[in-house]
This record gives sequence, C-alpha cells and structure tokens, in this order.
Amino acid sequence: MLEPAPIAVAMSGGVDSSTVAALLVRQGHAVVGLTMQLWNQRRLPELVPEGGSSGRCCSLDDVYDARRVAEQIGIPYYVVNFERQFEEQVVKPFVDEYLAGRTPVPCTLCNNYIKFDRFIEMADSVGAGQIATGHYARIRFDEPTGRYQMLRPADHSKDQTYFLFGLTQTQMARTLFPLGDLTKPEVRELARSMDLPVAAKSDSQEICFVPNGDYAAFMTAYLKETGVAPAETSGDIVSTGGRTLGRHSGVHHFTVGQRRGLGVATGEPLYVISTDPESQRVLVGGSDELLRGRFFAGSVNWISIAGVGQPVRAEVKIRNRHAAAPATLQPTDDPARVEVVFDEPQRAVTPGQGAVFFQGDLVLGGGWIE
Amino acid sequence: MYVQHFYFDHNATTPVAPEVLEVLAPCLGQVYGNASSIHHFGQAAKQKLEHSRRQLATLIHANPTDLVFTSGGTEADNMAVLGVARAATGPSRHVVTSAIEHPAVLAGCIQLEKEGVAVTRVRTGSGGVVQADDVLRALRPDTVLVSVMHANNELGTVQPVAEIARVTRERRIPLHVDGVQALGKIPVDVEELGADLYSMSGHKIYAPKGVGALWVRKGTRMAPITFGGHHERDRRPGTENVPGIVSFGAAAELAGRNLVAETERLTTLRDRLESAILDRIPGSGINGSRWSRVPNTSNIYFDGIDGEALVIALDLRGFSVSTGAACSSGALTPSHVLTAIGLGSDRARASMRFSLGRSNTVQQVDSLVEALEASVAHLRRISVHA
Repeated sequence: MLEPAPIAVAMSGGVDSSTVAALLVRQGHAVVGLTMQLWNQRRLPELVPEGGSSGRCCSLDDVYDARRVAEQIGIPYYVVNFERQFEEQVVKPFVDEYLAGRTPVPCTLCNNYIKFDRFIEMADSVGAGQIATGHYARIRFDEPTGRYQMLRPADHSKDQTYFLFGLTQTQMARTLFPLGDLTKPEVRELARSMDLPVAAKSDSQEICFVPNGDYAAFMTAYLKETGVAPAETSGDIVSTGGRTLGRHSGVHHFTVGQRRGLGVATGEPLYVISTDPESQRVLVGGSDELLRGRFFAGSVNWISIAGVGQPVRAEVKIRNRHAAAPATLQPTDDPARVEVVFDEPQRAVTPGQGAVFFQGDLVLGGGWIE
Repeated sequence: MYVQHFYFDHNATTPVAPEVLEVLAPCLGQVYGNASSIHHFGQAAKQKLEHSRRQLATLIHANPTDLVFTSGGTEADNMAVLGVARAATGPSRHVVTSAIEHPAVLAGCIQLEKEGVAVTRVRTGSGGVVQADDVLRALRPDTVLVSVMHANNELGTVQPVAEIARVTRERRIPLHVDGVQALGKIPVDVEELGADLYSMSGHKIYAPKGVGALWVRKGTRMAPITFGGHHERDRRPGTENVPGIVSFGAAAELAGRNLVAETERLTTLRDRLESAILDRIPGSGINGSRWSRVPNTSNIYFDGIDGEALVIALDLRGFSVSTGAACSSGALTPSHVLTAIGLGSDRARASMRFSLGRSNTVQQVDSLVEALEASVAHLRRISVHA
C-alpha cells in the first residue's frame, strides 16, 4: 500500500497539469496521474477538421503526452473513463440549454460535476487524499470565517476562476492549485527546466468537444447521431422597432450580442438582443439596445463568503472575457438568488451564462444569469 | 514508492516462459535466413519452422501440414471467418456464431454483413455456455459457416464444441472454433472436437506476441484475405516470422508437458481464490457457469463498486487484474459478454476478471484476497458518501 496517501493529479496532457505533476513529485509527494477520458472525438467524424483532431482535449495525442510525462517523472498513471457522466451532465444539458435559447457554459458544468465531483470520488477510490489540477486560481483557508476562499491567480491573463464558481467547500478542502502563484511564462519555464516533453505545447482553446467553436454544427451532428431529428425550425428576425427583417433556420444559431451571420443587411450594425424559442423570434437592434443595468442570478454558490444578508458591493463578470464591472448585489428571499445592479449598464447580459462576483482578487461566489 | 507487482491477468497475455526464451534468443541471433530461400540459410530457417509446426500439431493432435502460421489470434479468426464465408458460392450465404465471441470473430461477421452475408448470433443463458440445440435451430439451408469459441476469454466457460460439431458435420457445414483461450489450458484434440478450423495465439501460452496459427482441415475451402507470395502452402503470404514461430512451437511443447500438473495446480488456486472471496466479501458472486470452465479463469462481481476504480486501487497495491477483455479497457459500454449472460450494466461494471497462470502462488492468491477485501470495503464506504 502507498504510504502516505498520494495526491491524484488530473493530467490532460497539456503543459499546465504536466507541470503540476512534476512539481509535486519534485516536492517529494507521492503522486498518481489520472487522465479523464471525457469525449470520444471519433463519435462525430463529420466535425473533425481536415488533418485530424490534434490539440483538442481527449484526443489520443493528449493521452500519449500525459502518459509520456508520467513515465518521465516516474508516477503510476491511468486513464479513467468518464464519457458516460460527461455526456449526461455536460453535453446533454449544453444541447438542451442551447435549444432553449440560452447560451450555456459547459466548462463550469464540467468543473462542478466531472473535474471535481467525479474526479475526487475516483481519487478517493484509489486511495488518494488530495487532488491537484493545473487550473489558474488560488485557494486559502480563512481562519476567522472557517471557510475556504478562492482568489484570482497571480497571472490575471490566465484567470480561470470564472469557470470554478461552483466549487463547494468540501471540494476546495481537498484541492490544490499549485499554479495559482505562477504566471504562464513561469510555468513554461519550469516545464522546460524539468525537461517535460510538453513544455512548448500550445494551450487548448474553445470548448473541448466542440471543434472550431461551431456550436450549431456540433448540435446538428450530435442530435443526428443520437437519433433525435434536428428540429426543423425557422422563424423571423425582427427589429426592436417591430419590423420583420428576414428569416432564420433555428434560434440555436444565435446568441445574445452576436453581430455576424444574421443574414440581414441594413445601414446600422445590428446585434442579437434576445431569442425566444417559443415564438422562434430573434430580436435584433442597435448596439445601445444590448445594454442592461440589472439582472437576477440564480443557483448561486457562495465561496469566500457564506452569503449576502444586505446589499454588498462587488465586481461582477458576466462572461469569461468580460472585465468585471462594479455592481451591488441585492439579496432576495432566496439565499441562492441575488439581483445584480450594475453601476453602469453592461452589454450582452446573456441568459444561461455564469455571473461571478469578486471583491478585488477574492471570489465571493457565482450563479447563473436568468 | 516501490510496490511488488503480482500478475493476475494471464488471459490478456502471458510472460514469455524462460524455456521459450532459451530457444528464442539464439534463433533471433542466428537463424536469419528466409525460410523460402533455397540456400543453406533458408534451409536452416525452414527446418526450424517445420519442427515448430510439428510441435504445435502434437499439442492439438493434428496433421502438421494443416497448420497455417499467422500474426496472431485475430488474424487466424479473420482468416477463418472471412475466408470460409467468401469462398462459399450460392445465391445467399448465412453464418452462425454466438453472442459471446471475441471481437476478432464478431467484427469479422459485421464485415460479412456489409458484404451481403446474413449472420445469426446465438444467445447463451446466464451460464455463458452456448447450447448445441440453439445452434442447430439457427442453421439454414444456406448456412456456410458456424463459428463458436472453445473457451470464453472473460468467463472461461468451455463451449460444447464436440456436440455442435455432430450437427455441423452431418449438415456438411464448416465449423470454426476460436481456441485462443483454450489452448494450453485444457486438452485440445481437433479430431475429437470435430472442428474444421481452429484458431490459436502464441502469447496466451507463454510465447511472445505476434504469432498465431490456424488449423484448417484438409479439403476446407477458404478464400485468401491477404495477397502476396506462396508461403504456408498458398494460404498465408508473407515471410514467416521464424523466431516467433519457433517460440510458439517451444511454448506448445511446454504446454503439453505441463498441462495435467498445471490444470490441477491452477484449479486448486482458482478455487481457493473464489471460496475466499465468496466467504469474506459480501455482495460478491461468480459470473457464468462454475462447472464448465478452463481452470485459470474467474469472473466475479462485487456489487456497488466501480470496476475501473477497483482495477486502479488494486494495481496501486501491486495486484494486476482487469475488468474484462484488455482490448476493451476503458470502453464506454459494459462488456458484451457480461451483457449477453444477462448482467445489468451496474453489475457488469462491478465485475472483475482474475486469470491465473504459471507464476501465481498460494501466497499471492491469499494476499490478493486481502487486498480485495480492503479495497472493496473502501470503495463501498466512499460510494455511500458520494
């Protein structure tokens, strides 16, 4: 039996998680490397671009890389198959949300249900005490409140806290983010200095199971493969002034704030203001009409604080690349629901996306935009 | 972090036996002639090749000239299934096989379906044993091949080949038997079995990977599936893998010599393993028939656990086992064999295959049981909280 209990490292085959594993070994920890097989890229062959699928998650190349790193640093390594859970808890909800006219964030679902929930369970199963991942974020224990707090990483350009707002206190108690205090160039330098074969590997992009970020193509292929006929939908593209400007082939091709690909030509640039799956109407308007000053966030998970009893000042991020904007969090009757009131109206508040609340580097929590 | 590792996965593959290594190493170094060449070097290789063919033929009581060496069990299975079905003429063709065959046969059948051949997959009961009557009922006037395995790779169950052969012989339908998991574990006499084709693999009987054989009864019509030279009496083109074949021959001889003693030893070990597990671990049970099995294989479920996690947990403790066929490790769908014998997907995912071999000892089996007891209890504790 392994003594003491090893740390299970989630190894994707990329430079970040490889560096985490190597760092922990260098620090003298017993380490087990596990790669989560989440999605079979061969399932929807029509989506694989010319020249193969290298560089995306769960490709055989990534498993090859992770295995090579594990061999080099001398740790036991296994591939664990979570494809069933990933499809149930990430892919299906993603498709359903999209068809319902919302713009989902599958990476958050994956972090909540797969990368932490299932992974910690697997770590438990194989006798590992803690888990470590290559996420850029920091966790610290706050004595006065007795809570595990989350902080943005040293490298703000790699900040992944937007996708981690669902982590529970129990999960955080067992999680290590060894890269939280490092910058990406420092991580690459470390990887190089430890001769890791993935030191120069490019970063993964986009949603791992959707090639080229083409959601509509993914959904058409997925619905066809699962035997659910793609809904033959179409509807009107309507201006905020009530004028019908054209036709479209399904609201799931549109997301709030989208400008390109509307297929209507007018003098002014037009943006999608909202979509309505019921009436299949896509409402478009000028840039100013995208601005919203307030919204409700539901299913809020509180991280660094236990909740809000009275209005609290915070900076709120409404999508990953949004610069957090000053706002007030107004409590509601439901402790897991707040009204976010921005100081200045923000563009494209999109239902289905996450809203994450910060105070400086501290991640207070986050919820889903209603 | 040094852990001593014990190997309980002999149905996936076996280590090369020291006796085999003794003939392999000099052969690799010295016998480099092409067995088809006329000269001295070619003749030396040819002599080794034919000696090995006789060794293997002795093990299965066959005529050496009816043996075709291949790259392994999969090629032998493909050659038999595709070759016999493609050689058959007639307006319609039909093949009978079973639901618990190895993918080397099942995928071959899927290919045949694409070529317009009808395929019937006979089901088995919960014992994992095909009934000869069911095969009989599946036969049609246009049936051109029956393919049933001798021993199942996941359960170890032995199929009633001789009984099936009585039916196929009467109807003059060629019978292919995938013998990969039976060879070296139980006596094989192709004449007594009444088979027409018999597939074998070297690395399951302590020879290296990359060599196998197909025994083909004289007069059996078989179309080639690969094309090239005139090797192996025109049945399998390609320069013969002499070192591999020499090893296979040596391993066959060794298997014949050890068969009786190993059968007794492994049966005792396997029974010890099973009764200890059933005694000490609640919610466990044997999958498939207990009675008609090769001596080394045991397939056991542990209700409420995830087999994949148990494999990893045991490996970290130094015990190498598998959830089923190595070829389908990490697969999304549960084992087709366990599904075929009626296991629900939860129980199929909670099942482990233990396959014993020459290196295993009583002490290893006892410590495996201890590790299993601890790991299963641990996994069950966790899933209560999850």
